[in-house]
Amino acid sequence: MLEDLFSVVKTRFNDDDKSPQKPNKKDIPSDLMFKCPRCRSVSFMDDFVANAKVCPSCGYHSRISAKERLDLTVDKGSFIEFDKNMVSKNPIDFPDYDEKQAALREKTKLKDAIITGEAKIRGLRVVIAIMDSRYMMASMGSVVGEKLTRAFEFATKEKLPIIVFTASGGARMQEGIVSLMQMAKTNGAVARHNEAGGLYITVMTDPTTGGVTASFASLGDIIIAEPKVLIGFAGRRVIEGTIKQRLPEDFQSAEFLMEKGFVDMIVERRKIRRTIAHLIKLHGGVKEDE
Amino acid sequence: MSELSASQRLDLIRNKYRPTVRDYIPLLFDDFFELHGDRHYGDDGAIIGGICYFKGTPVTVLAQVKGRNLNENKASNFAMPHPEGYRKALRLAHQAEKFHRPVICLIDTPGAFCGIEAEERGQGEAISRSIMEFMTLKTPVISIVLGEGGSGGALALGVCDELAMLENAIYSVISPRGFASILWKDASREREACDIMKITAEDLVSLQVCEYIIPEPDGGAHNSAEETAENISKYLEGALERKLQKSIDELLNERYNKFRKIGEFDE
Repeated sequence: MLEDLFSVVKTRFNDDDKSPQKPNKKDIPSDLMFKCPRCRSVSFMDDFVANAKVCPSCGYHSRISAKERLDLTVDKGSFIEFDKNMVSKNPIDFPDYDEKQAALREKTKLKDAIITGEAKIRGLRVVIAIMDSRYMMASMGSVVGEKLTRAFEFATKEKLPIIVFTASGGARMQEGIVSLMQMAKTNGAVARHNEAGGLYITVMTDPTTGGVTASFASLGDIIIAEPKVLIGFAGRRVIEGTIKQRLPEDFQSAEFLMEKGFVDMIVERRKIRRTIAHLIKLHGGVKEDE
Repeated sequence: MSELSASQRLDLIRNKYRPTVRDYIPLLFDDFFELHGDRHYGDDGAIIGGICYFKGTPVTVLAQVKGRNLNENKASNFAMPHPEGYRKALRLAHQAEKFHRPVICLIDTPGAFCGIEAEERGQGEAISRSIMEFMTLKTPVISIVLGEGGSGGALALGVCDELAMLENAIYSVISPRGFASILWKDASREREACDIMKITAEDLVSLQVCEYIIPEPDGGAHNSAEETAENISKYLEGALERKLQKSIDELLNERYNKFRKIGEFDE
């Protein structure tokens, strides 16, 4: 009954024959159209992209790459990446893990599931970390844990706010117990940032689940979520398997989490940048000379 | 030390006569007073907490409860805690901190409970907060895996100054059954999963997650709860002595670094 706890999350759109992060791979010709996995309406890809990859019909906030997120969030040219060459080893000698990673690195041009660095948002200096679900569903292994921990330690030392965009299927099973321990490692760094009085803002994006929900994602001083994204601890199918019935559509949605008291605010993608800037100012953030 | 494979150990820890915390608590501690409830929602039978003496020293004990029969398991939900269980544990840990009592966590769970109510009450948040706040808890924390240490549900009581495991205990990122189900879409291959996951006490010592292995009697703990408790007791006595002589700052730095150093990467 614990199947796929901390696993690669099957999306809430299981009924569809494709996953939302690659919505127009096969069924719809070329890259001209976007078919929304939630409301199934079809729109022109140009409109969808111009709308920051939010469905023009229903407002579903589809998954985007870390690079796209960065472009939407930070001041142009301000990002200085940390630890850009860090790659994971194979701590439990998991069969085919190295090969799988090599293939993914080639395909996504990412080294692992997170980018971290320093940047400015509307002139305000921040540390930022963004997870990318294209890389093993942004599961947390050694690299995600270490890069995040270093980002927190840097933010603490430099007295900077830290913004983390979460998206993850949970712990990375291919790294076994080492991946579980990253939850303790990152939370330790969050604790120290807290004790030093540092600001930590979480932005939960699709999907935020498993061991990431059960660690740093849930610890922001302020927790923002994008509309309609999946947030939860256990996989939906696991729970359905336990209770032997279908769960309501909005179960584990951002809106559900806010109603239950675990999210501070739901903010549309286009307003996240200015929301973060306002929040940082409220916490004493001051613009530096450009 | 045991020559058994991980899957053979799985059989041992599922042996229905394997002792549980209900057997160990009276053997290890004196004057155990159970304390109930998280002060927010309710009392969770999957985790018991209380105060007692260990060889004359007041300690707080937090323990995941496997049942020895169906009725006990109904009351303890097969040792799968709800959020209020973790919140109770954290409340009692802070109480221990206030009164300068060491905390002893006894881990034995397949994992945190997965269900509607658990999600509604914030299972992820409860586990996360427990992990974070144990990291800075200003009193020694010793955790011991007695049988199964299943994922985040175990780690919530596993942020400690020293982790020990009983010789045949396992500790894993997900239950072997869940692992098989995800990777091969076939839960029945759990024994095979067990043997590649690196989840035995020896594996965890070599991965620097576990510090001590506590021996079990020949054939496993079920052959003598008394002898097993005696071995746990010997270990605990040494562990508390080691940790109580440290300053709080030293303790917390070492605790941070115990987890900080785990991870294998190149750059």
